[in-house]
Amino acid sequence: MIAKRIIPCLDCDLAVKKGRVVKGVRFNEITYAGNPAKLSEQYYLDGADEIAFLDITATVEKRQTMVEVIRKVSKKVFVPLAVGGGIKSVEDASRLFKAGADKVAINSAAVKNPNLVAELAKQFGSQAVVVSIDAKKIADNYFVFVEGGRKQTELNAINWIETVQALGAGEILLTSIDRDGTKKGFDLELLKQANAVAKVPVIASGGAGTKSDFFEALCFGEADAVLAASLFHYGKCSIIELKKFLKRKGIGVRC
Amino acid sequence: MISIVDCGFGNIASVRNAFAKIGEQTSIAKTPKEIESAEKLVLPGVGNFGSAMQMIRRNALEQSLKGFVASGKPFLGICIGLQLLFEQSEESPCEKGLGVLQGNVVRFCKAEKLPQIGWNKVQAKKGTLLFEGIAKSEWFYFVNSFFAKPSDTAIVSGNAFYGERFCAAIERGNIFATQFHPEKSGVAGLKLLKNFAGVIK
Repeated sequence: MIAKRIIPCLDCDLAVKKGRVVKGVRFNEITYAGNPAKLSEQYYLDGADEIAFLDITATVEKRQTMVEVIRKVSKKVFVPLAVGGGIKSVEDASRLFKAGADKVAINSAAVKNPNLVAELAKQFGSQAVVVSIDAKKIADNYFVFVEGGRKQTELNAINWIETVQALGAGEILLTSIDRDGTKKGFDLELLKQANAVAKVPVIASGGAGTKSDFFEALCFGEADAVLAASLFHYGKCSIIELKKFLKRKGIGVRC
Repeated sequence: MISIVDCGFGNIASVRNAFAKIGEQTSIAKTPKEIESAEKLVLPGVGNFGSAMQMIRRNALEQSLKGFVASGKPFLGICIGLQLLFEQSEESPCEKGLGVLQGNVVRFCKAEKLPQIGWNKVQAKKGTLLFEGIAKSEWFYFVNSFFAKPSDTAIVSGNAFYGERFCAAIERGNIFATQFHPEKSGVAGLKLLKNFAGVIK
């Protein structure tokens, strides 16, 4: 049977100075964990099932720089590569695919223009389209937030999952805004509600702090995959050790 | 030299990068002539059976692809590239496949979620060329909602399970194909591609 996937995510804040990528993978507001190409290769060798890149660069140059990073990474990393962050059109996606990306993740752009999901799925196939959803609990419901989790929409997150999968999304990347960065564990209630309606794989994100958190998200939350960012940086949690832990607890992982 | 077919529906860059990693040069084949003159051919593919066949026909590549397979020179189909070898697919009932192998392509009907996305274990048959030096039960990366059902099961070189047992790889003479993506399957995938590169007509 299919394994549950562990996906490290590299938040990339890129700038090019004299032809070199500086800044790099962002750990927090001021600390940079290193070069995205180098880090992703490390994760690949450490057993990552896929690698995700989130382009959080604020400048205008960003689009082409991320393309260059992917071009470099895809020469050394032979597991699927997903890229998100500011993708607004079929052209944006096409440039990334040509450079070696396997999937693109769209978030605010899908809310602004749901048809983009269908266009991307038609052009590149559903398997290449991940819809990223940032959700926050307000009263008894989960609402979709956009613009980096800052702006609330009227969309119910669970209904939004049904909408985008009908439009052709191949996967859902579901981030809990409440848990993100807290290291207090994933939002299992959100995951359960999501899996009750999802017919496509759900990737859990937001809240990873310990190995047990991953276990809970995959077991009780029934997530198909887990994404984590800063936890894997600086060797705080190694992917191989995490997978061994999960395997011991009866979770089917590739190791 | 390994030629990779490019008619708009494959992840050519990834396949080229994988061959480059194992020290194999590749070229791109876009025209009938380039396909016919290739020493070894790879047909990669992602997406939709019907669209892929339409692209092949639009670029007038159907005959040269069939001809290449008949020539006995080594051929490797990846993902859709495996499915297209068969007669037809439930995914696109109106578009016939290349039909160089007998059998049809069907949808997973016992799976909870589709597409199948992720790593699955392939049980390889003994004595196959593609799986030489690879563990009998090994992880490979899949992205598919459909799979091939060859009429002649003897050509199935690897199986996997996703709600039901399904054909993960085939091997018959010069024809090799995988439902999974070896170029995205880490070290095991690179080894498989190396095995294909080493096949002599």
